[in-house]
This record gives sequence, structure tokens and C-alpha cells, in this order.
Amino acid sequence: MAVSRQDVEKAALLGRLLVSPDELEHLTAQVAEILAYVEQLGEVDTTSVEPMAHAVELVNVFREDKVAPSLPREAALANAPHHNEQGFLVPAVLGE
Amino acid sequence: MPDYTTIIGLEVHVQLATHSKLFCGCSTRFGAEPNTQTCPVCLGLPGALPVMNAEAVRLAVMTGLALDCEIPAYTKWDRKQYFYPDLPKGYQISQYDLPLTQKGRLEIRDDKERFASKEVRITRAHLEEDAGKSSHDEAAGKGDSLIDLNRTGTPLLEIVSEPDLRNSLEARAYLDELKLLLTYLGVSDCNMQEGSLRVDANVNLHIETPAGKVATPIVEIKNLNSFRAVERALDYEAQRQFREWEETGKKLGEAPKTTRGWDDVAGKTKAQRSKEESADYRYFPDPDLAPVRTSPEQLAKARAELPPRPAELREQLTREHKLSPYDAGVLVNLGRPVLDYFFAVVAKCGDAKAACNWITQDIQRTLKYRDREFAELNLPAERLGELIALVAKGELPTARSREVFEAMIDSGDDAHSVMQQLGIGAVDESELIALCQELLAANPRVVDDVKNGKQQAIGALIGQAKKKNPNADPARIRELCLELIAKM
Repeated sequence: MAVSRQDVEKAALLGRLLVSPDELEHLTAQVAEILAYVEQLGEVDTTSVEPMAHAVELVNVFREDKVAPSLPREAALANAPHHNEQGFLVPAVLGE
Repeated sequence: MPDYTTIIGLEVHVQLATHSKLFCGCSTRFGAEPNTQTCPVCLGLPGALPVMNAEAVRLAVMTGLALDCEIPAYTKWDRKQYFYPDLPKGYQISQYDLPLTQKGRLEIRDDKERFASKEVRITRAHLEEDAGKSSHDEAAGKGDSLIDLNRTGTPLLEIVSEPDLRNSLEARAYLDELKLLLTYLGVSDCNMQEGSLRVDANVNLHIETPAGKVATPIVEIKNLNSFRAVERALDYEAQRQFREWEETGKKLGEAPKTTRGWDDVAGKTKAQRSKEESADYRYFPDPDLAPVRTSPEQLAKARAELPPRPAELREQLTREHKLSPYDAGVLVNLGRPVLDYFFAVVAKCGDAKAACNWITQDIQRTLKYRDREFAELNLPAERLGELIALVAKGELPTARSREVFEAMIDSGDDAHSVMQQLGIGAVDESELIALCQELLAANPRVVDDVKNGKQQAIGALIGQAKKKNPNADPARIRELCLELIAKM
């Protein structure tokens, strides 16, 4: 699968990664190599194999619908760069 | 002007009625102080692991069955990635290609028959987590937004319809019926003010032109805060798209799908940021959550436990209780507690039509007048049943039944004691005849008028009869007087 510079640029944007033009060159080559490596799996005949949706065999892991204590608010806000003791403060959310 | 058809599909998010969140034990209670119902899972702290709430899955399956959906044997959860301040993990846990339920249907109808009954196909109903809430509070921090994560991780069921709706009336009927169904199932309180039910609408037009049918680009309308807003927004948006098509000629595929927000005060939809393509969310299976496998036995059990649906109850009311479709609709719309009350009243008096009239008219009127909820009604079903039976047996004159009804609610007494207190009783026929004879003797002019063909002259006697004996049935007084005059 061919990977273009634009593909990597878009992936970087979606992942909010700031990538310099030099890095972009470098990363495009690396991503292409990684995809080529994984693409080898395409050689395996999987016509009779059920698609796998999940890597673990485990199913139906549930908890009961019971309320447990939440964190004290001070603790919940402790790691926030900015807060006003009630909520997290972030730069104005626009566009709504 | 060319004809066009409006094509509408609705996405409805309902909060499931669980006590705790979808993946952790934090409470889902509405109205708590900001950020007092969070934990490492809600906050997206490194190493925190989600564990699925069994009740949320049960309620989602129940809803799927009630919507006649297929419930696939295998379902899983996926990560939908995007950056937004109210989404601390950087992804929402949702379902992508293997939803919990799919391919269902919901029949909609109109009591006033403004459109023909039709089946709306349900694409899917899948389980996902809610995000937090951001509010912009100038006082809080000089133009910063305040994030409250109490709502993060609350279980939502997203119910997506096929684009089968053709106008705002049908859309409204779909929402009313869906809400009624969810309320009867008890899977959600559907409170729009508290955000338990949210609606997004997808709409475009199919325009008939000489060159054939043309479809306009699809618009998703958000910020619909009431069912009324949905109706108004759809009506507005259909006309706006038609005008836009006349001006630009843009067809589906020539312009991207856009999102518009409804401004209820201005009565307009306004353009919002362009919607990311589905692929941009980079869905992939969430490795932290185990898939769910549902066995045929579990499904059979869930199906057996499914409570009767509003459509089935309406059918039962018209078939077994011989109510009109209109009456059945009104009764079912009043909700399960009122319907159970109706069944209890009928069990006591055996008269479904009378019970329906009392419940849908007199009780509603008195609750409204007294500003009371149905749950506060001071009139057990057995007592209303008894009241109806007394009227049917002729022991309580119809003319005074409403007075007795009000007095029963005021005093909390039963019909018999109230009738005694008010001195109400059936009047003996001989007593009535004596009363009529007395009135005719005292009013020779009325007798002459009637003999001369003016039957309405009797009216004057009815008022006098009511004064002398409040229990006298006006209709019977009229009959008796006419009979007596005829013999004179």
C-alpha cells in the first residue's frame, strides 16, 4: 500500500502531532515500511477463518449496577493545569 | 415550482436508567455539584480500566427487542477518536461495525389521520458512553470554558432510524411513539430538560425536475431541545434547502455533508463546523473491553420478560375493551400508572367506556384544576369503579355524579358516605310522580302551553323540581310531566 506524504500529514493532524517537513519525509518512509511488513499477512489464505474482532478470547465480563464512591473533587481536579475548585478550566470552546 | 419530497432520518440518544455509569461505579444522578461524580475511569487517567455495566446491556437488549431489532450473537466496543475538552480519554467508547442491535422497526400513526400509518425502519441501536459538559462562564475565568465530567461515561443508547420520515408531522409522531415505548419499558426517563433524550436530524430533499429526480446535500441538524423544536427546524430546513438549491444548484455528492445548529429564538438553522468524515474517527476495537456474546437462551428469556408495548396495549384496549382507537391512544399516552388504574377501575365496574371517560376527562380536568400529579390523586381505583357502578345501577343520578366525585377527592371518603353526607339517593318513582303532579297543579299555564304544542314550556318546571328535590333526574321529570299532561 502506497503511503503519501499527505496521508502522514493528515494522520499527524488528527493525532495533534506537530511534525516538521524533515520529520514528515522520514516518517512517510517509516510508515510505508511498517505497512509493507504488516501487508505480508495478506498472503495467508483466510477464506475459511471467521473474522476476529478482538484479540482476547474472553467474553461477557460485567459488573453489577452498583454505585461506588467517587473521588473527592479536590482529588479529581488535582492534576488539572487550571481549575477553579469546581471544574476544569480550558481555553474557550468555540464553534458550537 | 417543482415538487419535492423531504427525506428525514433521526438519531436519538437516550440515557439508560442505570444507577451507576457504563464502565465504573460513579453515580449517574442528575444535578450534582460539578465534578463530584468522577473517578480514574471517568477522568481517563492512565491505567484505569473500564468494566461493562450488566444492567446497561440488559436495558439496551430490551429496547432492541421492543423495536423488533435483530440481536446479533456477538457484539463489541470500539474507540471513536477525536479531541475535545469534554472527552478526557481522547476517544469515546462506542460501537462501530458490530452493534448490539440492528434492523428493527417502529410503527407510527396519527390519531387525527393526517398521515397514513407507516413502519419506520430502525438501522441500529447501539450502546455508548456520554461525554462531559462544557459551559462558558465569563465569571469563572476570563473567557475560559468550564468542564464538568459528571456526565462522562453515562450509558447512552443511540437509536438511528432509516431515512423513512417524510415531514415534520411524521418525525414528531416517531419521537412521540419512541419516547412512549422507552417510558413503558422503563429503560429511560426520557427527560429532555435533563439531557436524558437528545435528537439530531438528518435531512435532505428529493426534487422532481424535468431532467429527473435530484437529491440535495444532506444536512445534520443539532441543538434540538424539544420535540417542537424538531418540527420547526425540519420545516425551516426543507424550505432553506430548496432555496439554496434554486440559488446554487448543488446536488448530493457535490458538497460535503454539513452540520447546522437550530436557533430556537431566531427560528433558523445556522452553519456549524464541517463534520469530520467517518474514517477520521479512526475507529478500532477497544482492547480494554471484552466483547459480549448473547446466547439464544438469554434472548428467549429477555423476550419473555419484555413488558407489553404501547402498540400492543392500544390493540388490547380496542379489541378486548371495545374502546375507539382514539380513546385507546389517549389512555395509553397518559402512561403506565394511569393505564393500570384504568384496568383496576374496569375490574370493579365492568364498564370500560365509562372508566375511560372518567379517567381521560374528569380526572385529568380535576388534576389540572388542583395542580396535582396523577400519583397524588386521592381516589383509589376501586372507589371510582364503585362510583361508576352506582351510576349504572341508577342509585346515583348521573346529574350529581360529578359532585360526588369531587367530594370523594376532597374528603377521601367512599361514594356511599359522600352520598349520605350530601343527602343523595335514588328517588322513588312514586315520589317523583307526586312531585310532578304537585308542580303541574301549581303551574296551569305550563300545562296549557304544552297542550298547545309548546313542549319546551316544561323547562320551567325542571328548575323548580331540582329545587324541591336535588336528586330528581331532570330527564325523568320531563318524561313524567309530559305523560301526566297527556292524560289530563
